[in-house]
Amino acid sequence: MRRMTPARFPETLAFLMRRRALSRLGAMGALAFSQKIHSSSHPDHKQRIVCIGAALTEIVYAIGAQSYLVGVDSTSTFPADAQRFPQVGYARSLSAEGILALAPTSVIVTEEAGPPSVLRQISAAGVAVEVLDSEYRYEGLIKRIAVLGRLLNHEAAAVSLIERLNLEWNQLHLPISAEASIISAPCRVLFLFAHSTSRLMAAGAQTGANAMIHYAGATNAASGYLGYRPLTPESLVSARPDVLLMTDHGFRAFGDISSVLKIPGVMQTPAGKNRHITAMDAGLLLGFGPRLPFAVKHLRSQFMGVLDS
Amino acid sequence: MKSVLHHFKISTFFLSLLFVLIFALCALQSGAVELNWHHWSKLIAFGHTMLSSEGLAYSLDGETYVLLHLRIPRVLLGVLVGASLGLSGALVQGLFRNPLADPSLLGVTTGAACAAALTIVLIAEQRILFSVEARAWLLPLVSFMGAFLTCMFLNIGATWLIPSSFSGLLLLGIALNALGVAVIGLCTYLATDEQLRSLSFWTLGSLAGANWTIVPVLGLVLVAVYLWCRTQVQRLNALNLGEATAASLGVCVPRLRWTISVMVALLAGLSVAFCGVIGFIGLMAPHLARALVGANLRALLPISMLLGASLLLVADTLARTLVIPAEIPVGIFTALLGGPFLMLMLRTKRHRVG
Repeated sequence: MRRMTPARFPETLAFLMRRRALSRLGAMGALAFSQKIHSSSHPDHKQRIVCIGAALTEIVYAIGAQSYLVGVDSTSTFPADAQRFPQVGYARSLSAEGILALAPTSVIVTEEAGPPSVLRQISAAGVAVEVLDSEYRYEGLIKRIAVLGRLLNHEAAAVSLIERLNLEWNQLHLPISAEASIISAPCRVLFLFAHSTSRLMAAGAQTGANAMIHYAGATNAASGYLGYRPLTPESLVSARPDVLLMTDHGFRAFGDISSVLKIPGVMQTPAGKNRHITAMDAGLLLGFGPRLPFAVKHLRSQFMGVLDS
Repeated sequence: MKSVLHHFKISTFFLSLLFVLIFALCALQSGAVELNWHHWSKLIAFGHTMLSSEGLAYSLDGETYVLLHLRIPRVLLGVLVGASLGLSGALVQGLFRNPLADPSLLGVTTGAACAAALTIVLIAEQRILFSVEARAWLLPLVSFMGAFLTCMFLNIGATWLIPSSFSGLLLLGIALNALGVAVIGLCTYLATDEQLRSLSFWTLGSLAGANWTIVPVLGLVLVAVYLWCRTQVQRLNALNLGEATAASLGVCVPRLRWTISVMVALLAGLSVAFCGVIGFIGLMAPHLARALVGANLRALLPISMLLGASLLLVADTLARTLVIPAEIPVGIFTALLGGPFLMLMLRTKRHRVG
């Protein structure tokens, strides 16, 4: 029988600790093991598409090819029906095995999707990875619809969708040129991408928000730089925006208009003085999907609305 | 007494090894794609045809492909990176005689991250200079160089700025860390949208990039570093007694410190290069190992490698399987496991001291 001497005590403790640590690790292993999910396999010869990118999923629905879908990314929330498909995660941090488990015949992604190593792994596994460019212009949308129509054998539907969109788009542009002549100085809009006062970002040139502001007939107040940049109170004041445009989500994070007005610098701009602050759903505003003409119309009416008030 | 202790350490070693194997098997079996023994036998058949040099005619089906090219390399990479982080953590803690030391404390991890960020923003734009294949290797190479240069600088600094002072080296590491974070911040500011995306892939640690090219590279480095450590165990242990004591025992301290730093740079730099920054393993594994087998590096080094491998395997398997078919960044799990664990260790340690 062993005597418990003080010298031996630390080892006993270490032994107990080892027992505790190991049993805990074992429990974690069992948890991981129990998380297996059975992936179903469909024997039909139809195309099976995993679609990465909100706008692409919208186009797939708009041309009526949604029966080919077997998975979408987490940004594909419109139409609501798209949410019933397995979500393969955020477009920029995909998982190769997760996507391959859905047994797709091809994976359709925008340029934004990644990581590149995962896309390489998927195409090395023999699954076609179709990368569509994500040009933030109307012409880019038309190109994407045409390519998707071809890839999914829905060319006729794609052509008729393009015709319908062209019609809407042209209608949209007739009145705006008339208005533009009436409004001598176009209103300056600043797209504020922010969820808290400490992290304000503004959309410069070559962003989706910049294109949308122009399509709606306004000018971007922050066109001096490319991409999204952190916004200082001084640059906010010197941008002299007439309207502040935010995302719905960002606006909700602030709560109400008075807390947006409290952002340093806002009250020194025409937009802040006149309380010209408006918000729009980010998916609709920046999606560049088939709802683009509607989004532009909506945005323009919002600009008119706040300027009239 | 000595033999009892020895026996205990041997059994701990085999138990840890057993756990790594069990976790590896669990990790191989779990994932988005369902696998059974049939796929394993197919894989073995594939291996046979490959060996008999008529292999290319044999095509792999989807599940077997996933097993061979995704699952196995990923599990192996998890084991190797976990072991590398565990080993480099143990070496750094020995070097500083500070149980809270970690390659990231030295600025080694940040140095690697910093070099990669600079490469992404400044050099990677020159598409003419680097082909796509070259660019795939550029980032690992550069981030390893970053870790290596940080270590070189640490050693030069340790000799000239703050001679023979361990705490001085630690503070120098903190200063380098701050510098590296500032440079990364600047890169983030300067980066375009596209560059920002690759920056964030890279700074969010993940084992998703595993393939059959990086696994052997990391494996060879790990084995080489471990074999070197085996030959230096006496000196490393002497260093644990204090720099002056080690010197009086005949250890050339500056040289040993220099070599340890290079080894740490190799391990941490390559892990960071292939998987991004994965925290806590380098801190947790040696801590836990010390509680199990004591401070003797002869037992501590292999045990902390094995524990590091187990911890990362568990974390990565959870990351892969909890939200199938999506994936959670593995760093979240290492931190979730690591934080409470560290607190527990601190508490037990205090009891023992009390």
